[in-house]
Amino acid sequence: MVKRFLMAMMAVLIAAPALVQAQAQAQDRFITVASTTSTEQSGLFKHLLPRFTDATGIEVRVVAVGTGQALRLGENGDADVVFVHDTKSEEKFVAEGFGVDRRPVMYNDFVLVGPTADPAGIKGGKDVAAALATVAKAGAPFASRGDDSGTHKAEKRLWTASGVTPSAPWYRETGSGMGPTLNMAAGIGAYALTDRGTWLNFKNRQDLAILVEGDRRLANPYGVMLVNPARHAHVKEADARAFIDWLTGPVGQDAIASYTINGEQLFFPDAKATN
Amino acid sequence: MRAEPSVLPLHLSGVGFRHGGQALLSDVDLCVPRGALTIILGPNGAGKSLLLRLAHGLLEPSEGRVEWAFAAPRRRHAMVFQKPVLLRRSTLANVTHALALAGVPRGRRKAEALAALDRVGLSALADRSARVLSGGEQQRLALARATASRPDVLFLDEPCAALDPAATRAIEDIVRALHAEGTAIVMTTHDLGQARRLARDVVFLNRGRIVENAPAEEFFAAPQSPQAAAFLRGDLVW
Amino acid sequence: MTETPSAFAAAIDLVLSLDPELGSIVALSLRVTLSAVAIACVIGLPLGAALALYRFPGRQVVVTLSAALMGLPPVVAGLALYLLLSRAGPLGSWGLLFTPTAMIVAQTILVLPIIITLTRQVVEDLWGEVGDQLRSLGSSRSRAIPTLLWDGRLSLLSGVLAGFGRASAEVGAVLIVGGNIAGVTRTMTTAIALETSRGDLALALGLGMVLIVLTIALTASAQIIGALSRRLGV
Repeated sequence: MVKRFLMAMMAVLIAAPALVQAQAQAQDRFITVASTTSTEQSGLFKHLLPRFTDATGIEVRVVAVGTGQALRLGENGDADVVFVHDTKSEEKFVAEGFGVDRRPVMYNDFVLVGPTADPAGIKGGKDVAAALATVAKAGAPFASRGDDSGTHKAEKRLWTASGVTPSAPWYRETGSGMGPTLNMAAGIGAYALTDRGTWLNFKNRQDLAILVEGDRRLANPYGVMLVNPARHAHVKEADARAFIDWLTGPVGQDAIASYTINGEQLFFPDAKATN
Repeated sequence: MRAEPSVLPLHLSGVGFRHGGQALLSDVDLCVPRGALTIILGPNGAGKSLLLRLAHGLLEPSEGRVEWAFAAPRRRHAMVFQKPVLLRRSTLANVTHALALAGVPRGRRKAEALAALDRVGLSALADRSARVLSGGEQQRLALARATASRPDVLFLDEPCAALDPAATRAIEDIVRALHAEGTAIVMTTHDLGQARRLARDVVFLNRGRIVENAPAEEFFAAPQSPQAAAFLRGDLVW
Repeated sequence: MTETPSAFAAAIDLVLSLDPELGSIVALSLRVTLSAVAIACVIGLPLGAALALYRFPGRQVVVTLSAALMGLPPVVAGLALYLLLSRAGPLGSWGLLFTPTAMIVAQTILVLPIIITLTRQVVEDLWGEVGDQLRSLGSSRSRAIPTLLWDGRLSLLSGVLAGFGRASAEVGAVLIVGGNIAGVTRTMTTAIALETSRGDLALALGLGMVLIVLTIALTASAQIIGALSRRLGV
């Protein structure tokens, strides 16, 4: 008797979530977009995608990983669209035939953050390359993503511009996303390069603050590409193109511009720019 | 008596068992006819349990043959072990499980199981978990389970060794009742009193060999072999 | 830890607000893990029992392998499964990547060795105890499998709970094959990973507390069933 009741209870426990989920899965029309963790963490997608879905009925499923992995997903055909922020890699992606129809979408910028105590004394500077050189000279701790992401590649370019090759022990590569890297920077009082979007959303700042910004080398352009349907026949070309067109069209661009955090605009529409 | 032909008589011819290079049993010739009530007697380590297991088919003999009247399906002979091994379920369920294994159709199992429990006086405990029964009750359940499908012969391996006198008496009564209904009994024991109480025939085993095999009165009155005589006197035998 | 009080507040807030997003995350987590455990039991219980009862060439290898795979890192399992399910991989045409189904498969792979290994141990010990008796009653080894599984149910329950714990706690496998897609493949653990990497530690901890409470509730119910069962002698 008791046995039967208890078994029924277990059955309910197992079945119930399935019923709840079945409802959510009813939507069948969707595209898969490989994008980056920083874009996801900025909150842009939550603001942007519902507008697209309302207009077209197409659900957008974003897999947010590092830029390198996002491009990999595109190469393997595991996504329909790739939306990242590393122009060189994007161009290589298209050149190697993995993607087609690359278009600029928007840009935001990177900022150099660090402890308010600022041991390297770079606060307020306008030259990010010089600031990095100063940090290296002071041997002050610097937290890098070290994960081959768009942000990491931008950071490497800036080190090249600074003329210094960063190395251990003061230079620490976390091999992870922007958030964990900032967590570490906050934890040990290190400098770090971060995109403004992640920074504005980052809640664990502790003693960190923006020290250098505005250098035009800190611009961070985003591009969107269709995964080559000739290479992967299953790519949902029509719906994916609809998304890309919307994103780079007036409605999408306006939506991007209207996204703010604490009243501050995060991304600047860029679809008309030529690269 | 049963309607089906009996699997008895059982013949063991030249049966032997070796293990680890040692001969634990050798040259065993034994016949179990219908209506037998055979007690296998002998000191510890004589090979009594081994003999039962060979007869019951739990082990294969290293030499010799174990032959039934015809190829005996499992349920026509059953065994009760010294320590009752019961499943983690109710008393009744233990018996219905045995009946299921014996191929009894589902519809008849409960009735036959209840009848089996009744014969051993456990009807009142049918719904109790088998694991919480006393030692004596568990052994009675083992008996009910073994005899639920009315085997032709029942092997019992020192069934009362761990039981108090009252429980022992209960088991012996059931054994006698089973024999009266036509079930042959082959039982090992090292309890002389029990042997005297129950035996029709006595097989005396020592160091893996049958030393004597005689009707009970003859054996107890005038044992032929020095080992049997020593055993009956209560001396240690080797 | 300065986060702790705000974490508690965040956790209570989440639950009381009946946030639908939280609801769907919890539902998905339960669905994936419970399905994986159920499937692993259906496959692993008879397999573990068979492993206990039968002897065949290579048996020891299987036993050792099964025990070793209990320690398979979830992220490795996820990676291997990704390579299989990716469009560039052999099973790509099934289109299972980034779906809850892939997550269920990944967790089943993680739970199965636990079920097999613990079942084998329980059934082997049990057979040692009751094997002669079952054979005496006419049971073949294969016929004995359901009997032994039922008889050992209380011990087997511990194995199932261990499997459940492993699946519900892991993040590596479901993150890779699921993609942590909002509303589709985001579970409690992947959501916690996300909030942690966003720096929203209070929310992450809050989610963690919800997860722990859920796990405790499920485990406790199973323990109660077991204890009741023992008490009633069922």
